[in-house]
Amino acid sequence: MRGQQFTCQQGLGEIVEAPALISMYTFSPRYDLDRVTGTFTRVGHPLFGEKIAGKILVCPGVQGGIAGGWAFLMMQGRGIGFAGLIFGKVNPVMVQGAAAAGIPIAAGVDDAIFTALENHQLIRLDPKARRVTQI
Amino acid sequence: MLLNDAERAIRDGSRGEAARLSLEQQIVVGDFFGAERFVEVSNVHMMGDYEVMGDAGCDYLKSLLAHGARVCVPTTRNAQCIEYNHAERLRQSPALIEGEKRVRQLLAQLGILLVDTCIGYHSIYTPRLHEHIAWGDTGTVAYANSVLGACTNYESGPAAIAAAITGRTPAYGFHLDECRRANARCIIEAELRDIADWGAVGAVVGERVRGYWNVPLLEIRHGNPSPNDLKHLGASLASYGSLAMYHIMGITPEAPSFEAANGGRELIAEFTVTQADIDAVFARGTPDDGKVNLVVFTAPQLSLVELDRIARVAAGRKIHPGTTLLITTNAMNKVAAEQTGTFAALEAMGATVIEGTCWYLMDPLEMQRQFGWKRVVTNSAKLVNIIKAHGYEPVLRPTDDCVETAITGRLP
Repeated sequence: MRGQQFTCQQGLGEIVEAPALISMYTFSPRYDLDRVTGTFTRVGHPLFGEKIAGKILVCPGVQGGIAGGWAFLMMQGRGIGFAGLIFGKVNPVMVQGAAAAGIPIAAGVDDAIFTALENHQLIRLDPKARRVTQI
Repeated sequence: MLLNDAERAIRDGSRGEAARLSLEQQIVVGDFFGAERFVEVSNVHMMGDYEVMGDAGCDYLKSLLAHGARVCVPTTRNAQCIEYNHAERLRQSPALIEGEKRVRQLLAQLGILLVDTCIGYHSIYTPRLHEHIAWGDTGTVAYANSVLGACTNYESGPAAIAAAITGRTPAYGFHLDECRRANARCIIEAELRDIADWGAVGAVVGERVRGYWNVPLLEIRHGNPSPNDLKHLGASLASYGSLAMYHIMGITPEAPSFEAANGGRELIAEFTVTQADIDAVFARGTPDDGKVNLVVFTAPQLSLVELDRIARVAAGRKIHPGTTLLITTNAMNKVAAEQTGTFAALEAMGATVIEGTCWYLMDPLEMQRQFGWKRVVTNSAKLVNIIKAHGYEPVLRPTDDCVETAITGRLP
C-alpha cells in the first residue's frame, strides 16, 4: 500500500529511495553473493540470480562473518553495490561495513514490512528518522 | 558517546587526521549500538585480503596512509587469499596474485604484522580473561570470548584498522558483562567424538539460536572437547548463527555453573540436541553417487595436531589419482610439521599443504571453473555453509572418513 510506513530502532546514513529486494533468509555477502558481479549466487536462495545494484536489501537478519566490512566497500567501488540495507536483527559487521562504504542502514524494522512489501517496490529509507516508507 | 581527554584529543586532531577520521567512524558505529564510552584495546586482529577488499579496499588503505595512519597496538592479519608456492598449480589468477601483493605492502606500511592466520590465538597471541581486544574473523572472536574469556565484538576489516589506529573500540556488545551472559540452554545428548561432530553441534545450535546478541550455554553429556574441537564449534556457531560467544558448563571460564553463565538473563530457548539432530547435519547433501574428486581440510586452518592426525590415518597410503587433497595451515604450524616429519608424510601421501590462507578465500569459484570441481568433502561444518555460494556441493564427514575418501576417491 503506497505511503505505508514502517519504523526502525536504529539507523545510520542519509535518505535513499530505491527498489526493495526482500529476502526472508539471513544475509551474508560472502555466503550469498558473487561479489564481482553483485549477484545472488547461493544455491537454492530465493533471490538466486538477482542483481543487487541500486537496490535496498530488506531481510530479517544476518549470518556469518567479517567479510561484509570490505565486501560493501568493494561492491560500491565497482558500482554494483546496495543502495541501502534494512534488517530485523543486525551484527556489528554490517553496520561497520555500511559506515565505511557510505551505505544507509537501518535495523530493528517492523516485522510487518516482510509481508507488506514485494520485490522491486520503490521504498524510501530515512535512517535518521528511523523510518521506511513505501512510495 | 562520552569521550575522555585522550579521545577528545584524537577528535581534535592531535594524533593526526587518520586517527581523527578513524575515531569519527567508530563514534558513528558506537552511537548506532548505544555505546556510552570507548574501551582501550591491547591487541587487534584484522581481516583483509584482495579477494574480499578489491581495488576499493586498496584505495581505502592508501587514503589512510596518505593521512599518516599507523597502528598503535600490536596488530595481526588474518589469512590471505594467495599461496604463492602453489598459486600456479592451483591456477590462481594473476590479477588476484598481484592484488594480494599490493594489499600486503599497504598493510605492512600501516605496521600490521602479516602472520596470515585465523588461529593466531593458538600460535601468536592468547589474550587473558577479561582482556579487551578488537578482533576480526568470526572464529577468532568466538574462541577469544568463549574459551579465553577475553572481550571482543566482530570487528570488520575497516573497523579493526580503526581500532588499531586509535587503540580503542566502542564499548558495546561483548565488552559489557550483561551481553556475555547465556540466554539459551542447550543440552547436548549426542556423542561428540570428532571435530566434525563439534562443527555439526555448531550448525544445529547456531540455526536454532541465530542472532549475534544471543549466547548459548551448552551442557555436554558425552564428550570432552580439545582446543581444536572448540575451534570448530565456535567457527560453526559463528557461521550458521552469527554467534560471537558460547559457554560450555564446567569447561569455559565464565560457566562454572548454569547460574554463573546465565546471571539471571531471560532464556529465549531451551532444547536438547540429539544424535538424530547431528546425524541430520551429516546427511545434508549426501549424494547418491559416492565419487569424490576434492577433499579439503580448512576453515579454520589446521593445528599441528590436526595435521599429524591426517598423516597417521593415511599411514603411508597415497591419495586416489583422481582426487585432490587440500590442507591449509599457518606458517608456524608448517614449520613445526617440517620439523616433526608430518609435512613430509603429508606430501608423500599426495596432499597439497597450503600455507597462510584458507581455501574459501582463494577464489574457489575460479578453481571450480578451472578444475571442474563440484562436490567437496570436508570435516569443516563452516566450510560446508560457506562454499555453497560458489556453487559447490559440500559433504560433511568425520576426519578419518575424509582421509579415506581422499585415498579411495569415494565416500565410505
